[in-house]
Amino acid sequence: MKKNTTNLAFYVPYGLWLGLFVIAPVLLIIYQSFFDIAGHFTLGNYATYFESGTYILMTLNSVVYAFIITALTLLISYPAAYLLHYTKHKQLWLLLIILPTWINLLLKAYAFIGIFSQDGGINSFLGMMGIGPKQFLFTDFSFIFVASYIEIPFMILPIFNAIEELNEGFVNASRDLGAKSWQTFTKVILPLTMSGVKAGVQAVFIPSLSLFMLTRLIGGNRVITLGTAIEEHFLVTMNWGMGSTIGVVLILAMFLIMFLTGERKRKGGRAS
Amino acid sequence: MKKWKWSNLYLIAVFIMLYVPIFYLIAYSFSKGDSMSNFHGFTWAHYQELFADTRMIQIVIDTLLLALLSSLIATIIGTLGALAIQRTSRPVLKNTVLSLNNILMVSPDVIIGASFLIFFTALHVPLGFMSVLMSHIAFSIPIVVLMVLPKLQEMRQSMLDAARDLGSTTGQVLSRIIVPFITPGILSGFFMAFTYSLDDFAVTFFVTGNGFQTLAVEIYARARQGISLEINALSGVMFIFALLLVIGYYFIQQGAQSRKSRKKGGALR
Repeated sequence: MKKNTTNLAFYVPYGLWLGLFVIAPVLLIIYQSFFDIAGHFTLGNYATYFESGTYILMTLNSVVYAFIITALTLLISYPAAYLLHYTKHKQLWLLLIILPTWINLLLKAYAFIGIFSQDGGINSFLGMMGIGPKQFLFTDFSFIFVASYIEIPFMILPIFNAIEELNEGFVNASRDLGAKSWQTFTKVILPLTMSGVKAGVQAVFIPSLSLFMLTRLIGGNRVITLGTAIEEHFLVTMNWGMGSTIGVVLILAMFLIMFLTGERKRKGGRAS
Repeated sequence: MKKWKWSNLYLIAVFIMLYVPIFYLIAYSFSKGDSMSNFHGFTWAHYQELFADTRMIQIVIDTLLLALLSSLIATIIGTLGALAIQRTSRPVLKNTVLSLNNILMVSPDVIIGASFLIFFTALHVPLGFMSVLMSHIAFSIPIVVLMVLPKLQEMRQSMLDAARDLGSTTGQVLSRIIVPFITPGILSGFFMAFTYSLDDFAVTFFVTGNGFQTLAVEIYARARQGISLEINALSGVMFIFALLLVIGYYFIQQGAQSRKSRKKGGALR
């Protein structure tokens, strides 16, 4: 039958992709996590993970960093998205927000190596103000700052979209009924744009757990996130089993975040 | 001016913060010194150095080729996938497939990279151009699906019924009605896939061997060694390129919109 063959042409390539590149890799990483460095089946990786305090501490650390980065970007992005909504040339401004995301992340990190270095932009600025040079590069601060800088557009976009969808009538009604600006914000605007906030948190928190290139270039190996640990185990020490175990932890964390934030909205920009 | 609100100041501050690092980078690409401090006077030397660096040029060409090829293939598979999802009538299956589709969208890069590395090693696929290409296709497909699917859902069933009643074959319905209707979605998907590929570092870093480098991997390697103003020159070039891409994307979007609200007939070109 002809109908069946055309249908098959639709299903086969996409189905193959789903099987080979979505389901198989996830299963493989779980499978791999049960093998030690010599290739023997073992539960040892999980035992190591849970027993040695360092892995747990590293995970908690990573979560705390991701949390700070997410909170900081949210704090900066929400007012920005809100104000953006009321600007005249919205589309143009929005485009200007998106443009930096098209500059390769590595280049942006590299820019900060220059800005934060001993005789870089920030320090010469501080010098002019009469403050001596300070160490910025390779500190927790620089890692959090650069990570937030990179993630801000991905937070602004979903929030902006949610505010665009907000029915202006509700805001006006609340004002007419005598609510103060703060009340209008907390009782009307914020709940109605929560979907955007959730999408933004999802788009920022999960990548923040895994930004290993930033921890290397900006954090100077002082900051270790889950991503750094996975990269270390896969590409440096070649202990794929342990790397996969941390990967499984990261996957679980991802599902937890998706569960907490709901998974209705798709991300605004790229996969980060 | 009465229109001016001081809240605009906040927006301007955010924009300054977003752009200062980029312009800082580009400004020093014209500096005579060899570090990103103390501007030493104007020179084109770093650009000359960049364009004389055949290794770098080769990497740029490879990166563009990879992005083009992967986004093209991802667009084809993703569009077919969207059509397949659209045809699925059972809601449970549809939702499952959609959730699976989104897994690669939300997965952290390291997970995608690490799991693909295991996958390629298990299948004995040599690490290099092919493995990177396959990975880029793989992580670009879901965004194409997400761009095409809403267009398909916008399409009215009655149009398809009309075409079939008038005697069109399935192939004709597809090529004459469905594809022209969803073209804006396909173009957006292609564009997004292209930028995903250009932007990616982590996945490529995991699945590339020694033989094949993309721009991001090369920048990472050089940045770890310290400042080289050749990279600044490169970012100047990339910025212009990104600007052109954004403008291109803007016009695609505008075209899609004016086609949608076809009030005066003539679409913006």
